[in-house]
Amino acid sequence: MSANFQDRDMVLPGDMLYEGRIRTGENTYRSQEQVYATHLGLVNYSPDNVSVVALSTGYNPLVGDVIIGEVIDIDLGEWRIDIGTQSEAVMGIPDAVDRPFRTEYVMTRVLDIGDTLVAKIVDLDRRRTPVLSILGPGLGKVYDGFIVRITPSKIPRLIGKKGSMINMIIRETGCRIAIGQNGRILISGPNREREEMVVKVINKIELEAHTSGLTNRTQEYLRQLKESSR
Amino acid sequence: MSKSNIVSHLKQKKISEVLSTGKRMDGRGFGDFRELTIKRNVLFKSEGSAEVWLGKTHVMVGVKVGTGTPFEDTPNEGVLMTNAEFTPIANAAWEPGPPNEASIELARVVDRGLRSAEVLDTAELNIISGKLVHIVFVDLYILNYDGNLIDACSAGAIAALMGAKKPVYNVVDKEAKLTGEKVPLTVRKKPVAISVIKIGDKFILDPTADEEDVMDTRLTVTFDEAGNICTMQKSGSEGLTLDEIKKCINMAQEKAPEIRAKAIGD
Amino acid sequence: MSKKPTTKKTAARKPAKSKKADKAASWKRADGRAFDELRTLKIESGVLPNADGSAYIEMGRNKILCGVFGPREMHPKHNAKPNEAVLRCRYHMAPFSVDPRRSPAPSRRDQEISMVIRSALEPAVFLERYPRASIDVYLEVLEADGGTRCACINAAAVALVDAGIPMRDLVAACAVGKIEDKLIVDLGDYEDKKGQSDMPVAYMPKLGKVTLLQMDGNMSAEEAEKALNLAIEGCKKVYEVQREALKKKYGIDQPQDKPPKEFQPEESEEEPQKEEGQQ
Repeated sequence: MSANFQDRDMVLPGDMLYEGRIRTGENTYRSQEQVYATHLGLVNYSPDNVSVVALSTGYNPLVGDVIIGEVIDIDLGEWRIDIGTQSEAVMGIPDAVDRPFRTEYVMTRVLDIGDTLVAKIVDLDRRRTPVLSILGPGLGKVYDGFIVRITPSKIPRLIGKKGSMINMIIRETGCRIAIGQNGRILISGPNREREEMVVKVINKIELEAHTSGLTNRTQEYLRQLKESSR
Repeated sequence: MSKSNIVSHLKQKKISEVLSTGKRMDGRGFGDFRELTIKRNVLFKSEGSAEVWLGKTHVMVGVKVGTGTPFEDTPNEGVLMTNAEFTPIANAAWEPGPPNEASIELARVVDRGLRSAEVLDTAELNIISGKLVHIVFVDLYILNYDGNLIDACSAGAIAALMGAKKPVYNVVDKEAKLTGEKVPLTVRKKPVAISVIKIGDKFILDPTADEEDVMDTRLTVTFDEAGNICTMQKSGSEGLTLDEIKKCINMAQEKAPEIRAKAIGD
Repeated sequence: MSKKPTTKKTAARKPAKSKKADKAASWKRADGRAFDELRTLKIESGVLPNADGSAYIEMGRNKILCGVFGPREMHPKHNAKPNEAVLRCRYHMAPFSVDPRRSPAPSRRDQEISMVIRSALEPAVFLERYPRASIDVYLEVLEADGGTRCACINAAAVALVDAGIPMRDLVAACAVGKIEDKLIVDLGDYEDKKGQSDMPVAYMPKLGKVTLLQMDGNMSAEEAEKALNLAIEGCKKVYEVQREALKKKYGIDQPQDKPPKEFQPEESEEEPQKEEGQQ
C-alpha cells in the first residue's frame, strides 16, 4: 500500500498521503503521482478514495444547505446576506415572497437590513455566489432567540448520527434549536436558564468534537446542569 | 464600533429581553465586571508595559520614555502623549488606516484622566529647562476587541506607568549625558476610568461588544483614590437626565476601587 | 600533575592546524549560540478570538501576533481579481516594539516587508479557489529583535492553516548571515546590525521549494550556496515547531494518539460504551 499514514492520523497541508492511483476526496490535492493534504485534519483512507476531514475550515457552501444569515444590504430587487462565506449571498424577491410583488420600497417590510433569517441555498451561481430562498417549511425571518457560532466543521458532530445528538439536547432542555450548516445556531428557549444550558453544551461539543463517547458524556453533562439548577 | 458594521435586530431584541429579567447574556449582574487580569513589565524594549485581559478584550499598553523639546508655554515640564491603535487583528470590521473617531476618543479620554489627576510629575521630567525634557509616550494597542476598551486601557495605563523607569541624564555645561542609570517614574495618583452604559432603561458596567452595539449612550467617569472625579465623557446618541447621571456616577464610584486594586497589583 | 603522560606529550606536540580547528569548533556568538543554533522558538495557534485564524510567535526576543481574515468579500470591489483571491499582507510595528519609539504610521520599509511576506506565502496558498475574495494577513510586531520578517512568515503560515485556508504546504523561514567571516543561522538584532551579510530565506518544507530569497551584504558564490543550505536546514527546524503548534491546539501531540472513530458521525452512535471498550 502506498499510503504514508494510518487511517485517522492527524495531517497537515503538504503531508503526502498517498502515492499512486486513487480518487482524491475533499481537502486533498494531487501533484503527479502524489496526493497531499490541503488542510489540518484527519486523513481518511477507504479502498478507492483518500480524503481529509478538516479540523479547521471555513464554511464551504453547498446547494441544499440550510443556513442562518443576516441581511446587510438591499440593492435593486435583491437582498445581500452575510452567511460567512467568501462572498455575500443573494436572494431575489421571487425566492422570498410567493405572490406577485413589485415595489422595492416594500422589500424592507419583508426583510430589512439587520434582520436574521433561516434560508436554503438553492443555487451557486457562475461566480460561486450562494443564492438563497426562504420559501419552504422552517425557513424565513427569525423573530425570537439568539445566535451562537461554532466552527462549521463541528456541525455534523452537533447534529450527530441521524440527529441523535441534537435531538437529545432539544429533548432535555425543551429549547427550539435551528442549525445552520454555516456554523450558526439559533436558540430559543422557555427561559434563560435553559438557553444557557444549551450554550454550555454547544461549547463543550465544540471543544471535544474529536473525542469518543461524546453523546453519552453530553447527556450526563446536561443532567448535571439540570440537577444543579433545581 | 462593532464587530461588523450592521447591528442585528435579533441581538438588540434578545439583549433587551434578557436585561429586563435582571441579567445579562453572559449571566453577569448589571454591576459585574468580567475577569480582569493585568500583567506588568511584559515587554523588554519598553520602559514600562502592561498586558490586560478583560473578558475577551485584550490590550497591550506600552510606555516609552524618550526626549525632546518642551512646549513653549511650559519650558520646564516634561510631556505626556497618549495614542491608541485599533489594530486590524482585533476585529474583523477594523481596517488598517489612520486613527478613526473611536480610537482618538479612547486615547484622549485615557490621556485626560492621567493629565487631570496629574499622575506624572512633569517637573521631574525636565532635563535642561527650555531645551530638553523627557517625553512619556503611552501607547494603547488593542489586540482583541470585545467591548469596554476605555476601562481596560485606563487600568492598563496605570499598571504600565507604575512599573515604568526613565533613563537618568547628567547635565554638565548645558549638555545632557546618559548615565546608564534608570529610576522609576513617579506615579502620584492612580485614576481609573469606569464606563456605564445605558440600554433602554437599564444601566450596566463593563459592556461586551454586543452590548456596546445596542447601547443608547455611555458615560465614562474617571476617579482617583480619594474618590474625586478627574474626567467625565459622555458618548452616544441619547440624552441623560440629571438623575441618570447621578446614578452612573454612583455605580462607577462604587466599582473604581476594585479595578484600581487590580491595576496597581494588590 | 597529569597522570596521563600521553596527554601531556600530545599537548606539547599539538600542531598549529588543530589548534585553529579547536578554536573554530568552540567559537561562540555574542549570545553564546553555536553557528547553526536557532534562538528559542515558541509558536501558538488559535490565540485571537475575533480572527478566522491566528498565531503568536516568540523567536528569540521577537514577539509577533498574526491574525488572518478570510476568504471574504474584497473591498473595494474593483481591486478584486476575477480568477483568484487577493492575498493581502500587512506588516506593522507597534510604536513600543523598538528603541527609540517609532511612529505608528506605516513606513516604506513596512510596505516592502509586507510585500516580501506576501510573496513568500502566495505559492503555498490555493488562491484560485476563491475568485474575487481577499485573504487578509495582519502582522503586529509587539517586540522586535532582528529577523522579524522571517518570524512573521512563520506565524502567518500557521495562522493561514488555523483559518482553514487550503494550502499546498506550510512555509517556514530562517535567515543566515555572516559575522567575522563565519556563516551564522538566525541572526539576532546585534548580528543583524554588526554582521557582514543577511540572507532571509523562506521554504516550503514538503515540496522542497524556496519562496523567499533576499540577500544584503557581501558573500562569495560558494558562501551564498552554503548559506542557502544552512538556511534550509534552519527552516526545517522551524517547521517542526510549526507542526507542533498546529497539532497542539487539538490536544493530540503524538502521531500514535489518534482520535477514535467517533469523530465521524457516520459511525455508530447507538452504543458508544461498546466502542470505547474496543479501544
